[in-house]
Amino acid sequence: MSHILEVRHVTKKFGGLIANSDISFNVNENEILSVIGPNGAGKSTLFKMISSFLPTTTGEVLFNGERISNLKPHVVARKGVVRTFQETTIFKSMTVRESIIVAQHLRARASLAGYFWGTRTAHEDVDSFGQYADDLIEFLAMTEIANEQASNLPQGNLRALGIAIGLATDPKVLLLDEPFAGMNHDETMKMVNLVRKVRDDRGVTVLLVEHDMPAVMNISDRIVVLNFGEMIAEGVPAEIQNNERVIEAYLGSADDEIGI
Amino acid sequence: MIQWTGLAVFLMAIFIAVPSFIAAAGRSDLYYTLTAVALLSIASAGVWLTFYIGRINIGQGAFALIGAYVSAILVTKAGMSFWLSLPLAGLFAAGVAVVIGVPILRLRGVYFAMISLVLTQVVTLTALALPVTNGAKGITSIPLPGGVSILGLTLVPDFATLENPRLAFYYAACVLMVLTFGAMYRLVNSRLGHLCRSMQQNEELASSIGVNISYIRVIVFAISSFLGGIGGAMFGSIAQSVYPSSFQVADSVNFMLNCFLGGLGYVFGPMLGTLVLYFGWDLLFELGRFQLLAYSSLLIILMLFLPNGLLSMRLPGKKGTDK
Repeated sequence: MSHILEVRHVTKKFGGLIANSDISFNVNENEILSVIGPNGAGKSTLFKMISSFLPTTTGEVLFNGERISNLKPHVVARKGVVRTFQETTIFKSMTVRESIIVAQHLRARASLAGYFWGTRTAHEDVDSFGQYADDLIEFLAMTEIANEQASNLPQGNLRALGIAIGLATDPKVLLLDEPFAGMNHDETMKMVNLVRKVRDDRGVTVLLVEHDMPAVMNISDRIVVLNFGEMIAEGVPAEIQNNERVIEAYLGSADDEIGI
Repeated sequence: MIQWTGLAVFLMAIFIAVPSFIAAAGRSDLYYTLTAVALLSIASAGVWLTFYIGRINIGQGAFALIGAYVSAILVTKAGMSFWLSLPLAGLFAAGVAVVIGVPILRLRGVYFAMISLVLTQVVTLTALALPVTNGAKGITSIPLPGGVSILGLTLVPDFATLENPRLAFYYAACVLMVLTFGAMYRLVNSRLGHLCRSMQQNEELASSIGVNISYIRVIVFAISSFLGGIGGAMFGSIAQSVYPSSFQVADSVNFMLNCFLGGLGYVFGPMLGTLVLYFGWDLLFELGRFQLLAYSSLLIILMLFLPNGLLSMRLPGKKGTDK
């Protein structure tokens, strides 16, 4: 049983518009799977349905055999499927370290009242949160900006902060929303290495939605391609690169090749 | 360290310096004013807490009125001790807040504000209509709080036997206020406070890290209303009467203004805000019919130049210590 995530016949309609039509694929444990597609292909909608930020119209998403679609986002996060956002979604007036500490909410053992009265469990939690935050900051090489307020950080760091917040919840599956958008080549390569490190060292399965083709080809174990709401291909990067329908979707004709 | 010194100075001021000053000046009417400030600041603290989850609450008058009635009914009809009715009044208000909060707390910004504004009016009208609240005549001649003693040891004397119940009410209100703000400070700096901040700054991100937003909102709104209920109950006990008009929409608005004026970023903001607003209004009494005009203009100017409240102009270097 290695399918950690199963997307089964998922369809989303907004009124008469079909954003996703009968999408099905599996994500294996400990792999990096990317969902790509041209603008308007329905990537974001699918992403939101997997994280339960949007309900599905029909179909379902399973995590370890358990349905996680059409729930509340916090319930899905509790089960271990955590999404990140693009850079503007941060805790603006918290520092990097504070954000990571708050994000460890799910690891808390003491109750809210326990924290208020300052029970021993609560004190232990607070200590372990701080410790874990420091470890994570070191792991993500964010030591220099640990005490910077999030609103003062440049874009590249915000992306990393988003991943740090996601990782702080100790997820099994991390869903990344366009982690390379708007980055130059160097920044992208850094981020690719970071995501890989997260998978390799932390054993986290990664599903990402992206349209930066070179980065996706570089990072992914497998790729799912959407076009106009339909899934048109699934496979390892080399297969996708040579898939006629994919090339057509991106370039409109089969004459050119996808730049890498 | 500086915080403990500050706390000690503050406690000495309200429990020793102020009573000595009032005794020396012979202005025992000030007790009533200061007691009112202390109680109103408790209710304002509740409103401040709903600001902390990003909701503008203009309905605290409703919960103060509920608290006042619950306590008055328990004391007059059931013969319960006021000191027992006080927490029950708070809990009842909190219970009502949970029932009302579940549907309305999902509204944001001006929509929540409008609904909460209507709440005060709804409770007033309910009090007019229900038999148990005695309609427009209200509940009058509520007995003064009785004594509390455990194993023969008198913890609180019977207020009716005291020669200066005003002073007793002043002390009781101050103790309640200190407890309230101590608890608020603790709450804001505990995990609940951190989660509130995360929700206030970004609800989507907060839910993505597993925070049950609607649950936390209801909890906070219940705590907020608990404080409103306590403040209102104590007020009714001092006035020895409760009417449907005891807390009106204008009071609800004032609770909110107290928070704005003191500073939404500071736990102790509502306390300072209430003090300044209450005395400010009285000081402007000399202006006669221009009182309201001057008062409103001053408020507008204050909010224009100190959008983060009075506490934001504290000395540099002490920034954020009591946040």
